[in-house]
Amino acid sequence: MRDYTRAVFAIIAKDATVEWRTKTAFLSAMVFAVLVLSILFFARDPTAVSSLDIAPGALWVTFTFAAMLGLNRAFLLERENGAMDGLLLTPVPRSAIFVGKMGGNLLFVALVELISIPLFVMFYNVSLAARLPQLIAVTAMATVAFVAVGTLLSAMVVRTRFAELMLPVLLLPFLIPPVVAAVQITARVLAERPLSEMMGWFKLLAAFDIVFCVLSVLLFEVTLDE
Amino acid sequence: MTRRDKALGLARTGQIVTLVALLALAGVFVRALMFTPMDRLQGLAQKILYMHAPAAITALMAYAVCGILSIIYLGLRDRRLDRAAAASAEVGVVFSVMLLITGPLWGKPVWGTWWTWDARLTSTLFIFLLFVGYLIMRDAVIDPDQRARFSSVIGVLGLALVPFIHLTVYLFRTLHPDPMLIKPSAPAMPGVMLATMLSSIGVFGLLYVGFVVQRYALADLQELRNEEMMRDS
Repeated sequence: MRDYTRAVFAIIAKDATVEWRTKTAFLSAMVFAVLVLSILFFARDPTAVSSLDIAPGALWVTFTFAAMLGLNRAFLLERENGAMDGLLLTPVPRSAIFVGKMGGNLLFVALVELISIPLFVMFYNVSLAARLPQLIAVTAMATVAFVAVGTLLSAMVVRTRFAELMLPVLLLPFLIPPVVAAVQITARVLAERPLSEMMGWFKLLAAFDIVFCVLSVLLFEVTLDE
Repeated sequence: MTRRDKALGLARTGQIVTLVALLALAGVFVRALMFTPMDRLQGLAQKILYMHAPAAITALMAYAVCGILSIIYLGLRDRRLDRAAAASAEVGVVFSVMLLITGPLWGKPVWGTWWTWDARLTSTLFIFLLFVGYLIMRDAVIDPDQRARFSSVIGVLGLALVPFIHLTVYLFRTLHPDPMLIKPSAPAMPGVMLATMLSSIGVFGLLYVGFVVQRYALADLQELRNEEMMRDS
């Protein structure tokens, strides 16, 4: 078990180091997130729709699109110079490789979100102070949901033609439940509704997380070449 | 008998089944238009349902077959299962297109709107999109074994996704009841209409079988040709 955790963290550290030395993907995801947040602000009739009405949707569209950029890159990195073969040759369980890659993606997306949320608060003029724990909970749960499926699909699509196009086409249907749930919860958080009104959606998110994390870990091995 | 002859024989069988199904479909049309009474409230528009509902049932069944075959493929790793799953998904997509075209045509006169984000409609659309993605991905993978593995992963994930999508659109609806939604609770059908509907469902099932068998045989022949080309080069 200790070896397993060590392998997972080694892979996360590897991905973080590669990213830290170039920062290209992170910076582009960040710039992209700022752009989407600000463009969506203007995607409404300001005399009829208040910015608060579109805020939850804008936040989650931003998160999903920015995450997609990171996910696309996750296994592209391993394709160059046969790095994936190197990873597979190491004496660690295949699932540890998946969990490590997923951890790296989670770190990436979480950082983008961490920087986007203050910007979101500023741009859309929302007050979060008392509601921060709930927003963090929903962000964490929804992010785990789409990073789990996204990492698995990313591992497959890099070995197809048109990889960059294929990931959104395949991934977006899987994002419908977590993103709809996240938007619904965020809207209620911003409207300061009681927790009981969000429980249904929280349960849905939790169930989605469990089912798809387990499935992704199990199915990862199938995607690898024998 | 060579593999090629077998595939050609299968394709022939599929053609015959399809032909029979198409003739029967014509019969269903005649019965629906001439010998089934007009609906008092919906009028002529109701006749669309004799195509719409069977297409819906067949499409969902086709996707379920694809998902189940994908699971079995992961266990047995027999490429015939993958071919059958793909054939089923492709035919499911065709029936879904039929469903998504006839739906709005019926909805406009009866509901007063082409489209509504009703739970069943929405989940059908999303599941359709998922399987379109499945087919697009199959085209983007060249190696047949890899394609089979990747497809089965999507098939299994898709099977797990369907209940979640359904739950999502259901929760969305019940929390925000839409007053514009004027879908009446389905009235129990009179016997004559029910008979037409059931025969139509049967015919669509037959059509599904005919299409899938042909598509399966075609995929087999394609693969055979690819293997021959590989050997020659």
